[in-house]
Amino acid sequence: MLELRKDIFADERDDNLKEIGKGTQRQDMLGHVTGTSNYFNDHKLQGMLHLKVVRSTQAHARIRRIDTTEAERSAGVRRIIRGTDVPVNLNTLLSLINFGKDDEPSLAVDKVRYKGEPILAIVADSEREAFEAIAKVKVDYEPLPAVFDVEDALKPGAPVVNETYPKNAFIYHDVYDHQRLRFGDADAALASADHVLEQRYQMSPIEHAPTETNGAIAAPDTNGRYVVYTSTQALFFSVDTCAKILDVPSNTFHFIGGTVGGGFGGKVDTLTEPLAILGAMLTGRPVRYVFGREEEMQYGPPRGAERIYIKDGVMRDGRIVARKIRAYFDSGAYTRLSSYAAVKCAAHLPGPYTIPNVYGDVYCVFTNRTPATAMRGFGVTAMDFAIECQMDKLANLVGMDPMEFRILNAYRDGDMKAHRREAKNTALIECVQVAAEKAKWPIRDEFRRASSRKDGGGSRAAIPPTPTESRARPAAPAQQRTSYDRAPVTATREPPREPPPPPTTPPPPPPRPSAPSHGATRFSSVFGTRRR
Amino acid sequence: MTRHRGRGMASINYPIGMNLGGDPSQALVHSNPSGKFTVALSSIDLGQGMKSVTRQICAETLGVPVEDVYVDTADSDTGPHCMGSFASRGTHRVGNAVMAAAREARGVMMEAAAEELEVNAADLETDGRGNIHVKGAPHRSISTKDVAIAAQFKQGKTISGRGIFLVPLSNVDPETGEMSPATCYAHACLVAEVEVDDETGDVAMVRMDSAYELGRALNPRLVEQQLVGGAWMGVSHALYETPEPYYPDPVHGPRDFVEYLMPGPGDICPHDIAVLERPAPDGPFGAKGPGEMCANPVLPAVANAIFNAVGVRIDDLPITPEKVLRAIKAQGGARPQARR
Repeated sequence: MLELRKDIFADERDDNLKEIGKGTQRQDMLGHVTGTSNYFNDHKLQGMLHLKVVRSTQAHARIRRIDTTEAERSAGVRRIIRGTDVPVNLNTLLSLINFGKDDEPSLAVDKVRYKGEPILAIVADSEREAFEAIAKVKVDYEPLPAVFDVEDALKPGAPVVNETYPKNAFIYHDVYDHQRLRFGDADAALASADHVLEQRYQMSPIEHAPTETNGAIAAPDTNGRYVVYTSTQALFFSVDTCAKILDVPSNTFHFIGGTVGGGFGGKVDTLTEPLAILGAMLTGRPVRYVFGREEEMQYGPPRGAERIYIKDGVMRDGRIVARKIRAYFDSGAYTRLSSYAAVKCAAHLPGPYTIPNVYGDVYCVFTNRTPATAMRGFGVTAMDFAIECQMDKLANLVGMDPMEFRILNAYRDGDMKAHRREAKNTALIECVQVAAEKAKWPIRDEFRRASSRKDGGGSRAAIPPTPTESRARPAAPAQQRTSYDRAPVTATREPPREPPPPPTTPPPPPPRPSAPSHGATRFSSVFGTRRR
Repeated sequence: MTRHRGRGMASINYPIGMNLGGDPSQALVHSNPSGKFTVALSSIDLGQGMKSVTRQICAETLGVPVEDVYVDTADSDTGPHCMGSFASRGTHRVGNAVMAAAREARGVMMEAAAEELEVNAADLETDGRGNIHVKGAPHRSISTKDVAIAAQFKQGKTISGRGIFLVPLSNVDPETGEMSPATCYAHACLVAEVEVDDETGDVAMVRMDSAYELGRALNPRLVEQQLVGGAWMGVSHALYETPEPYYPDPVHGPRDFVEYLMPGPGDICPHDIAVLERPAPDGPFGAKGPGEMCANPVLPAVANAIFNAVGVRIDDLPITPEKVLRAIKAQGGARPQARR
């Protein structure tokens, strides 16, 4: 049931509109309900070939040798594509907006960094024949130690997942291995708070589970162009990514999409288009590359896991005076978009509340798992889980009703947010009031009378004095460095071996919560201690 | 065995779009000679209703019925650039671009109508039903179809418009994190009621009540589908799903919908939603975007409801029966908190 509360904020709206605000039936409804809407996979082209990839069986390994002798002779095989066939076999998605370094090959060349990483693409007359040829490819691996835990990955001596980022963390501003947020003096405020609560939260990875799996069909068109039917969520993102990887002008491609069977963020990574087009370029035939369900679930990028530590200082009257957060995004083996989500996450701190002292460190960490990507609520969903569970615990700790506790701490128009922009057009308080009313959850009059448009600004608009920290220098990589970098090398070549360089100074450990001051109640799920 | 009921809540806000690298979208609007309009986009309709919401925005801005507008998307040869359908940016960014394009097209349409009616364009208004007339004199009227024919064949005018909406790049301060990540925020608060079985650890959803503030519900039916579906994605995240059930140990990953748990029809519960509209100053008709944030309050509200029901805090997602049962056992049985 949906009810429009037109009575609230009515003075800010002109409701005298003709088409806006009407529940008009969708333009595409008839096509959807009669099964006549065209999706990318509805284009069955004459002479169409099918592409499937050989995926790594190892989480982290050197590739010693790839033997395709038998696969080449397998029935129906038209072409085997290796990493060396990819014109620019190293890319990062956000290079289009000049953010981050190229760190991911389309097809792995001398090392695999996660189980399921594509190594070869096989183009065959049918999917079955492509699968049969895949079974005949022999890959000789030299297993390497793998790391799966975000905090283990940041420890000195951890296996290097991705040589572009030898400390297993994305580098922000060429300086830090995390994105910082500093607003006020959180440590000082924690020291004088009536209560301090520190907790650890863990968000699981999530599969987007679209009805339609990732895929593309590419076909040679007239005049040297290629037409590409695609499930992408971002048409020009995919066009430009393909132009870069295939090293041709972007107007070589005519991309057609726009009707997609569920995305939720899982169709931004342009995983199938480059190889489908390359297959079409190399065979002169239409090529279809579509993920199977297992590929979509295990090797298609998930919502990345996040680990979050929150330490809050709260006064007996319920005012939160400090919030200190350390968050780790598990990016998997490559960056994709997690680096961006970490910045979005930092901007989101400390949630929709006015807290005078906020401190955040957000890390984007590389591990030997399927690269993560965007998903609905990217950078925010896990943080909201952590913050809102924490808010419930804090309300309990000070003996307040959780609704009233939210309203007390809610941000209001004119308040300064921790990313140093004024809060405007806020409506958290009204949402809490209406939800309470709907759920018949009693709240006291003074909280029912509160408003996002009242009692904000003033002293709450100030940017508090913020201690400056000594600026860290770009530290030399402290971990073992391997030679697998950007230079294209042939897949069968024996990779060069270098002796590990002598260990240098280990990087500083991630900031630890400061020691508790006396007199306050301390709970900690981080160290499992509870003391007074 | 006892089943314990509990209620929990959570409140959140959500940024609309994210301008880390600059966040533009473009739109083109043009009329055919019968006064039917086409909107050309490269934006994607993932099922969220991109085509429908931009169609309504275009019709409202032009002042024509929605049936006279068709949205064509996405074709890289005909649709101008759009960053993509993500970050809850579609309604806000693409909607604004369509509005700008439609405004330009409307300007030409009104000029053409003014020439036909021999009046000043400023004295004309649209009736939203396919006619343009002199303000206060509805009988001095011309149909948009006749205007389009006149513009095309007589006046040599193109009733078309170009639109772009750009939120410029925001730099991020490395030391303080100072930045302008978004221009407006949506808000929500949700109450979840659950029933927890203290013998099996099973959590059943009983009901949800929520309030979402979205700037403007451009199409309340599309909003409803987002909020209802999104809340179920939130329930699924909270209680069921993950491709790595033993994270960070990457073993026993599910491969299909038999192994990947999600709520089924028997697991759903009533969800009563209130929508609030505080227009965003820079939103199309004030709209923000309900796309992503609808799932977010559900996860913590469910976790907090479980605490209210049996007194255990599960801070690792998903909250499986195993985790609930182990936590209940560890504290020596269910400890229901004060009923809310």
